[in-house]
Amino acid sequence: MQIMSQQSDINQSPLVEINHLGFNRGSRVIYEDISLTIPRGKITAIMGPSGIGKTTLLKLIGGQLTPEHGHVLFDGEDIHQLSRNALFETRKRMSMLFQSGALFTDMNVFDNVAFALREHSGLSESIIRKVVLMKLQAVGLRGAASLMPNELSGGMQRRAALARAIALEPELIMYDEPFAGQDPISMGMLVKLIRDLSSSLSLTSLVVSHDVDEVLEIADYVYVIADKKIIARGTPTELKQSNNLQLQQFLEGRPDGSVPFHFPAEDYQQELLRELD
Amino acid sequence: MNLIDSIANIGRSAIHLVMGLGRAGLMLWGAIVHVPNLRKGGPLLIKQLYVLGVRSVVIVVVSGLFIGMVLALQGYIILVDFGTEESLGPMVALSLLRELGPVVTALLFAGRAGSALTAEIGLMKSTEQLSSLEMMAVDPLRQVIAPRFWAGVISLPLLSLMFSVVGILGGHLVGVEWKGIDSGAFWSILQASVEWDKDILNTIIKSMLFGIVVTWVALYRGYEVEPNPEGISRATTSTVVQASLAVLALDFLLTALMFGS
Amino acid sequence: MVSRKLEISVGLFILSGLIAFCVLVFNVANVKVQSGNSTYQLKAEFNNIGGLKVRSPVKVGGVVVGRVSNIALDDRKLVPIVTLTMDKRYDHFAETSSLSILTSGLLGEQFIGLTPGFMDDDIEILQDGDKVDDTRGALILEDLIGQLLYSMSSKDK
Repeated sequence: MQIMSQQSDINQSPLVEINHLGFNRGSRVIYEDISLTIPRGKITAIMGPSGIGKTTLLKLIGGQLTPEHGHVLFDGEDIHQLSRNALFETRKRMSMLFQSGALFTDMNVFDNVAFALREHSGLSESIIRKVVLMKLQAVGLRGAASLMPNELSGGMQRRAALARAIALEPELIMYDEPFAGQDPISMGMLVKLIRDLSSSLSLTSLVVSHDVDEVLEIADYVYVIADKKIIARGTPTELKQSNNLQLQQFLEGRPDGSVPFHFPAEDYQQELLRELD
Repeated sequence: MNLIDSIANIGRSAIHLVMGLGRAGLMLWGAIVHVPNLRKGGPLLIKQLYVLGVRSVVIVVVSGLFIGMVLALQGYIILVDFGTEESLGPMVALSLLRELGPVVTALLFAGRAGSALTAEIGLMKSTEQLSSLEMMAVDPLRQVIAPRFWAGVISLPLLSLMFSVVGILGGHLVGVEWKGIDSGAFWSILQASVEWDKDILNTIIKSMLFGIVVTWVALYRGYEVEPNPEGISRATTSTVVQASLAVLALDFLLTALMFGS
Repeated sequence: MVSRKLEISVGLFILSGLIAFCVLVFNVANVKVQSGNSTYQLKAEFNNIGGLKVRSPVKVGGVVVGRVSNIALDDRKLVPIVTLTMDKRYDHFAETSSLSILTSGLLGEQFIGLTPGFMDDDIEILQDGDKVDDTRGALILEDLIGQLLYSMSSKDK
């Protein structure tokens, strides 16, 4: 039902708009000035080396962190100006797949998926059961409904978490490193799931990852972040053809280049030869 | 330069302290405000009563029995010299009700349930379960913190009452069954000296306040944990240390207020 | 979500906590549920009450029949006045009854011993608010020792 109304204004305004965002953690600058847009119904990817705070960006969009300056607009509303209640209302329209899965360890898979439905939907238990089974079927874990999270493999945990993330049929789903630490088979499953969910539910997806091949395979549009700012943007084909050195080093995974192999240090020979005081 | 640095250090730790206290206060307030309601909070509260209360019964009852027996034995050895071994009853009952019951139960509770609470919340934080709740538009204070807080505040007085009863029975065991004090004298002198308002009501008030303090410290340590294994183990230790010290300090204050004048 | 077994064990836990509470209140503190009508008050003057306290028992031959409910000093006579709250079940004490402050054991706590007086036709029964005239105050250990020393030294002569 929500999908119908969305369809009409698709391709109009982007779902998420980030304007001149800056964020510090303590005295360390994470982002200087970042602007990007996430169009409706597409898969947008954000890539970059480890440790540049990609997860931080997702938390900024979800309103869990507050930026130093700049705005995050979700469907035209500034996330960080909302009251607590309005923010919680807005969060019901988005969902996030955490890197660790973040399944509730004291509930089984079924209750995990049912959790948000029981909290927010107000549906009867028999309808909730049907919805949960449908979501579990979609990720191929209907048979594991009664297992506890610690009885699942890492890939299955992530799929169960995905079922939980789509339980409330959100408009935006944010994936935090969905491919990290997965074997090739689970990786393939997740790629397929993300693509299928995005097209069948016309979800807006935001994937944050450093797995170049998988991201280029599924993303419609890619932003590459390094050095606290966006260094490249474009469709996967545009990126591959770019002649930006830093970008090419990242995409091809060369150990040395414009991002140096060595952490900044004094001259190697000098340090070796220097006598201890 | 050094002097200015150390002054800055003092300032920084003071700011940290005040901010920490502020966050802890906000958390306590959030936990108090979200009294578990019957529909959603009920099952959560029952589960936590089981985890915090029921699972602590054995250690509390066994400790109570032994402490009561030891008190009676030591008391008997001293009192028999004055020929007043009948006063063993009030000695055991009053020490248990006024001090040992609430305090020892709170210390046991901090070690048994408080540390487990911190580790559990810390693990939930480090595996992003708390973040995940927030992103699902569910307040972790309501879902996770409040049921545990209330379960702690309800459990501790009950445990402490059990501790005192079992301790008095232990004292009876040693005094009457073993050392041969007359059972009637033991009970009647005990009953004449224990007062319902002064001793029993105060024991409940004390253990309720201890329950608030221990659970609060445990929850805050878990909530503010550094999300990694070292952080969790450090937080667990500091829960036991800080909760125990807070209980002992608060006990002195309460004793001075209740029995001092 | 919450299993039956868990609910039962929590129920038992709370129940045993409440039982512990009741044991403490009724067995250890020995609180008697009593309505306002089941007691009556007596007053008595003593020359010295020693270590008598509010809530000290009043005993007849060792049976507790009431408790001290108030201790005050008479403004004019400057002697202690003790108010006793007596159990209504024991209301047949003649007005010739006497009160004395006794000590249980050598170092024990002090209580009021009531010795019932003789009954006769022209002697009335003690009623609510009555005053007992025949009282003996607490024995002060120091006075006792002093007397003993005095009598010993007078014997020596």
